[in-house]
Amino acid sequence: MRVALFLTCVNDTLYPDTGRAVVKLLTRLGVEVDFPMAQTCCGQAHYNTGYRHQAEPLARHFSDVFGADAYDAIVTPSGSCGAMVREAYPRMGERARAEGRGGGLARHLAPVVPKTYELTEFLVDVLGVTDVGAYYPHKVTYHPTCHGLRSLGLGERPARLLRAVKGLELVELPGAEECCGFGGTFAVKNSDVSAAMGVDKVRHAESTGADVLCAADNSCLAHIGGTMARLRSGVRPVHIAEILASTEISASTSISASAEISASTDEEESPS
Amino acid sequence: MSGGTFVGMPAFPEAAREAVGDTTLRANLRHATRTIRDKRAKAVAELADWAELREAGKRVKDHTLRHLDHYLVRLEESVVRAGGTVHWAADAEEANRVVASLVKATGETEVVKVKSMATQEIGLNEALAAEGIRAYETDLAELIVQLGDDRPSHILVPAIHRNRGEIRDIFEREMGSWGRPAPEGLTDSPGELAEAARRHLREKFLRAKVGISGANFMVAETGTMVVVESEGNGRMCLTLPETLISVVGVEKVVPAWRDLEIFLQTLPRSSTAERMNPYTSMWTGTTDEDGPSAFHLVLLDNGRTDTLADEVGRQALRCIRCSACLNVCPVYERAGGHAYGSVYPGPIGAILSPQLRGTRSEIDASLPYASSLCGACYEVCPVAIDIPEVLVHLRERVVQGGAVTRHGNRVTLKPAKGHAAERAAMRAAGLAFARPGVLRLGQRLASRTRRLHPRTLPGPGRAWSAARELPKVPAEPFRDWWQRTRGGTTEGNGK
Repeated sequence: MRVALFLTCVNDTLYPDTGRAVVKLLTRLGVEVDFPMAQTCCGQAHYNTGYRHQAEPLARHFSDVFGADAYDAIVTPSGSCGAMVREAYPRMGERARAEGRGGGLARHLAPVVPKTYELTEFLVDVLGVTDVGAYYPHKVTYHPTCHGLRSLGLGERPARLLRAVKGLELVELPGAEECCGFGGTFAVKNSDVSAAMGVDKVRHAESTGADVLCAADNSCLAHIGGTMARLRSGVRPVHIAEILASTEISASTSISASAEISASTDEEESPS
Repeated sequence: MSGGTFVGMPAFPEAAREAVGDTTLRANLRHATRTIRDKRAKAVAELADWAELREAGKRVKDHTLRHLDHYLVRLEESVVRAGGTVHWAADAEEANRVVASLVKATGETEVVKVKSMATQEIGLNEALAAEGIRAYETDLAELIVQLGDDRPSHILVPAIHRNRGEIRDIFEREMGSWGRPAPEGLTDSPGELAEAARRHLREKFLRAKVGISGANFMVAETGTMVVVESEGNGRMCLTLPETLISVVGVEKVVPAWRDLEIFLQTLPRSSTAERMNPYTSMWTGTTDEDGPSAFHLVLLDNGRTDTLADEVGRQALRCIRCSACLNVCPVYERAGGHAYGSVYPGPIGAILSPQLRGTRSEIDASLPYASSLCGACYEVCPVAIDIPEVLVHLRERVVQGGAVTRHGNRVTLKPAKGHAAERAAMRAAGLAFARPGVLRLGQRLASRTRRLHPRTLPGPGRAWSAARELPKVPAEPFRDWWQRTRGGTTEGNGK
């Protein structure tokens, strides 16, 4: 099976570790991974802020890059970018048609919509695995991000994957289904409410006694993690892909691996 | 109290800031919304056919809205046949004028009121006061709001922002100037507070000659009006006075009596988490020697048919005012209802107010952004209003303008002010994202200058760094790693 990794612009720019983890994990599971270099952004920030017309060319570009028949699936470690393709792209096509611009956009986007999977969805539904052979000796709580939870309906998939991880103790997060307060530009436009929601999320995570809060979306984790750092919380944010990619070998060598990545440039690098 | 005082409201973020900092308010709201949220989930889970009921309710509403002209004419015929009179009001001013003249015609100077969103929406109490008519709210929560010279902050529980101690103080301080004073030594026990309100209100019920109500539903085939409530005060208002005036939004019509079977299941479970609400009152025109001898129905438009003209936004008119979306909304829970600057707060208010009133004012232009788009509201909505979809649609209207219907005419809106910098940034980002090379250049620049990055951001980004640490820019973006290691094959990461 050959998949195209849609890493998302946020992960590419700020969270390359997540991308490396996805590559490592999928390769371990026998999947051939390609990263189409021409990929940029799905247009979600534009679309959700009200700039639908500016999101359209980005959606077209996405379809140009990922629509190739050579890919059996498009996999992304982001519930919200996945939901953008699966939920908003068809909607954008419909709106373009309603505005009398024909079915061109809808036709253009159609090939990528059913082929796009969020990572945990791809693992469970397409590859049919729940035990990915991971080892992660930590107490972990899982935050189901809103788009993963409600737009994509990931349901129990992430928890099933996490429960199968050796050494991992999964603890339930109180108020798990409540939004962390990120919401894209919401975090800036309604900063006070967003921050209050973030603090509550962090307090809930702390109450579980977990040392790691994981989620399937780095943008939510940036908000939660940024709040954790500000509150000097003992919990740290980790993307689920990085947990699923960890093995007993990598756990013992991870220090040298991350040192190698950061050694030349930043001695202050910290895990969070 | 309502209507008028909302003019000049600050934008949502400023209004919310104050609420977020008010610890009493936040505690009151958190307690109330969480309790009812959990109860609702249980009440809904009891029904095996909830999904079908939700879909059926959506379909009935959509069908009715699609043929609204037909059903309203049918309703009018039925009401007249049953002995009522129908008045059509295009906007708040016209509705208020009609009601005031109807009250004046009776020679009365006071009226009792059932809790009604429509009359709150048009600011009826203030309009009547200007004509020398005093309107008494008889719903317990509305009474608290009225006595406290306050504004409602929730659709179902207008005084949700108040706790028992505050209510006791309001009763003790204000009841005397409105009628029977609060008893000596009133405590904050719910039983005592309810008893004080009951005695205070009873005098008004027995004295009033005119009652004013809204309605939850209007049945076109029979001309029947329906009010569902918990306290029974509504039934008193509907049956005791000689004249009854009902002010109802045109979207409340349903075609047939049979349709009520859906909504009388979904509404109470969604709103009060009850299997059935304690009082369901239905009235059809007038009946000799029983109930009011005169019945007037004021059909209120006030932006509704304009809203109906919008393909995406019209679904907001399905709303049955259950308030489930408020109770589940994390933004409402923290910002409180007043921040929305409308009698319709919360997620439904964020899509309804900018459609009914337009997006010209600062508060209305900010409401579509009063959401993190988490989708919890859509999940609980008993008529499946896709609130996030409408929010995004209205955001588009705010930042890009476009064609809308106002007072029946197609007009082209200009983009709202204050978005020029954002629009430019979005355009720039769009152009950059259209070219992978530009994105890559930006990433590399960010990586190379990472040691120089400030811990706080300028401009709109300041709002982020005020409450959260910024993510650190990595030494190498993913795409450079991918290219350098040929997809991870030369670094051992792919094994």
